Amino acid sequence: MEVVGLDSIKELDSREGQDINSLIERSRIPLPDPDRWLDEDVKRNVAMIATDAVLNWGRLNSIYMHATGPACCIFEFLSAFTARFDVARFGWEIFRPSPRQADVFVIAGTVTWKMAVQLRRLYDQMPEPKWVVAMGACAISGGTFRESYSVVPGVNRIMPVDVYIPGCPPRPEGFLYGMLMLQEKIRRSSSKKQILEGTYKFKQNFRQFPAGNH
Amino acid sequence: MTVALKSEQTASQIAAAFPGADVKADGPAVVVAPDMVNKVCAFLKSAPGLEFDYLQNLTSTDYLDYFEVVYHLTSLKHNHSMVLKTRCFDRNNAEVASVTGVWRGADFQEREVYDLMGIKFTGHPNLKRILLWEGFPGHPLRRDYL
Amino acid sequence: MSLRTQELLLNVGPQHPSTHGVARFRVWLDGEVVTNLELVVGYLHRGIEKLAETRTYTQVIPLTDRLDYLCSMSNNLAYCTAVEKLAGVKVPERAEYIRVIMAELQRIASHLMSVGFLLNELGAYYTPIIYCFRDREKIVDLFEMVSGQRMMYTYLRIGGVSQDLPEEFIPALKRLIVDLRKAIEEYEALLSGNEILIARMKGVGVLSPELAINSSASGPVLRASGIKWDIRRAEPYSIYDRFKFEIPTANNGDCYDRYWVRIEEMKQSLNIIEQALKDLPAGEICAKVPALIRPPRGEAYGHIEAPRGDLGFYIVSDGSIAPYRVHIKPPTLINLTTMKDLCVGWKLADFIVIFGSIDVVLGEMDR
Repeated sequence: MEVVGLDSIKELDSREGQDINSLIERSRIPLPDPDRWLDEDVKRNVAMIATDAVLNWGRLNSIYMHATGPACCIFEFLSAFTARFDVARFGWEIFRPSPRQADVFVIAGTVTWKMAVQLRRLYDQMPEPKWVVAMGACAISGGTFRESYSVVPGVNRIMPVDVYIPGCPPRPEGFLYGMLMLQEKIRRSSSKKQILEGTYKFKQNFRQFPAGNH
Repeated sequence: MTVALKSEQTASQIAAAFPGADVKADGPAVVVAPDMVNKVCAFLKSAPGLEFDYLQNLTSTDYLDYFEVVYHLTSLKHNHSMVLKTRCFDRNNAEVASVTGVWRGADFQEREVYDLMGIKFTGHPNLKRILLWEGFPGHPLRRDYL
Repeated sequence: MSLRTQELLLNVGPQHPSTHGVARFRVWLDGEVVTNLELVVGYLHRGIEKLAETRTYTQVIPLTDRLDYLCSMSNNLAYCTAVEKLAGVKVPERAEYIRVIMAELQRIASHLMSVGFLLNELGAYYTPIIYCFRDREKIVDLFEMVSGQRMMYTYLRIGGVSQDLPEEFIPALKRLIVDLRKAIEEYEALLSGNEILIARMKGVGVLSPELAINSSASGPVLRASGIKWDIRRAEPYSIYDRFKFEIPTANNGDCYDRYWVRIEEMKQSLNIIEQALKDLPAGEICAKVPALIRPPRGEAYGHIEAPRGDLGFYIVSDGSIAPYRVHIKPPTLINLTTMKDLCVGWKLADFIVIFGSIDVVLGEMDR
């Protein structure tokens, strides 16, 4: 039976440290928000394909959430799942820890550079179509801890964000309002645009995060 | 009620046990030399009448001329407490003897001091960064880290 | 023919439903049995100690809220105790009573959460958590009444509290105490005699008293191992020496005892709140302290019995408006020092339960 000795733990640690340092180098500017659906607003309302309407209706009423709660906001997220604020009336009571089964990635709390590598990996593991919700001031811009040496100043440095929910922490009602805005966005999306966006994201990912280390 | 022991009395007890050592009382704290810390702590843990069996807190401060490592000790048996300090004057090569052999609770706290302040603890079983990652440039809690 | 086996290095976390946040363990497994364990933390290290050096003493209070975000009132109390010790500020009577009521309510809310999440680790997927959230919502309603916030209250100030209690607070609190007593009885009836709980938690992860003292364990972890040490009795801060309450202590130091100590502590907290309500005086709610307080040069170490252990603040002042050094002593990180001794030899599922019974919150562990 092999026992992993101390030297190989050092290797593990230094490899992870290198990953984090290289992520910091690559994340100097925030990624642009995917909001091109706002421009094509008028066109969409006029010419929506029937299959798109059905698909979108199905998607927005059965969102599977994947919540990573690095910090405090996760408790307001969980409070939204209780009977008092009841997220189940919208159809979203599924909240699984696995990214492979999720549609929406809710980042609730402060993101540090050490955790950012793991969050990016989780985002890449989610299948398309996927959306990202940044919940709380720390996920939007670093919040109270923006000047700190180890905090990512906003999660849009490492992944494109669809909805920003401000608050510290946002009340569960605020979280529900943010999710309703995401519903609106899903309702207006089209499969043709999704393919275009998917290609755009893939090209961006490939430029910034070449496959091979995931 | 936990009684904070008078530092002069404790300092004289330590000086009696380690003749010729650099021990003095500075306000409420007893200051010893960095390389003797583990021996002094072993004495404080076992000496009858003192018996400091609980390490309350282990931290460090950066006064620009020197680093100061502070130990807050408590005795659950006698319900008294004391403050022990040690000072390192070499900024680039600060080394203090580790007390993990005396109290296991010092393990993570010493690693944190090494991580954030850069003070090495000789004799620590696993001294590596705990809160930040390997390859992080510098030690953030120093006053000259920007 | 012999079977060739190999040890497996398994990574638990940082994204995991049972790691109470972003804790990470590297676990070496021989089959299902744990042979070695390493804790990797720092995934929520926000640099609060460094940030505190650039803010004034009052501006550090919102930072302390976000440490152990399930007990914000206790964190505030620990910090304010340390600064008041340093600056020599005397807190008025009414403020002391209000602080005690808030701290004990916070203790109940926090223990409810830890019991709920412990049951999540045992496999009762989210049902006990929802029950505990139901009662926590009632407590959080009261906190919202006084401070306007559901989570990070920033209610305490150096020298007292920031706002007085509104009139509807005390009748609501009296109704809540009755509700909470019934709720705790319900939890005991449902959980404490449950045979799955007993089979999975009794005798698992035993922490001996000598090791507990040597590894600076504190809070329910220490008391479950038989050491009757509670800062509220040993070194009373605020006005805890005026209240009569028991300190629940158990004998075995296993997971079941850690759970049992928390349930009993909730009952004792209700007793303390009732006594405080009876004697609540009228008066000022905050001492006359300048907005930019400048404590004299020196240092102070103030610690309280937070729900998760012995939370301490070491503050060094150089006479200016911002602290020179703030160090937060994290009870949760130190309680995990002996994780390896507790878990080696047990199975992976037991390791999750042991970690849950020690009850960590990552905000305080990583700061």
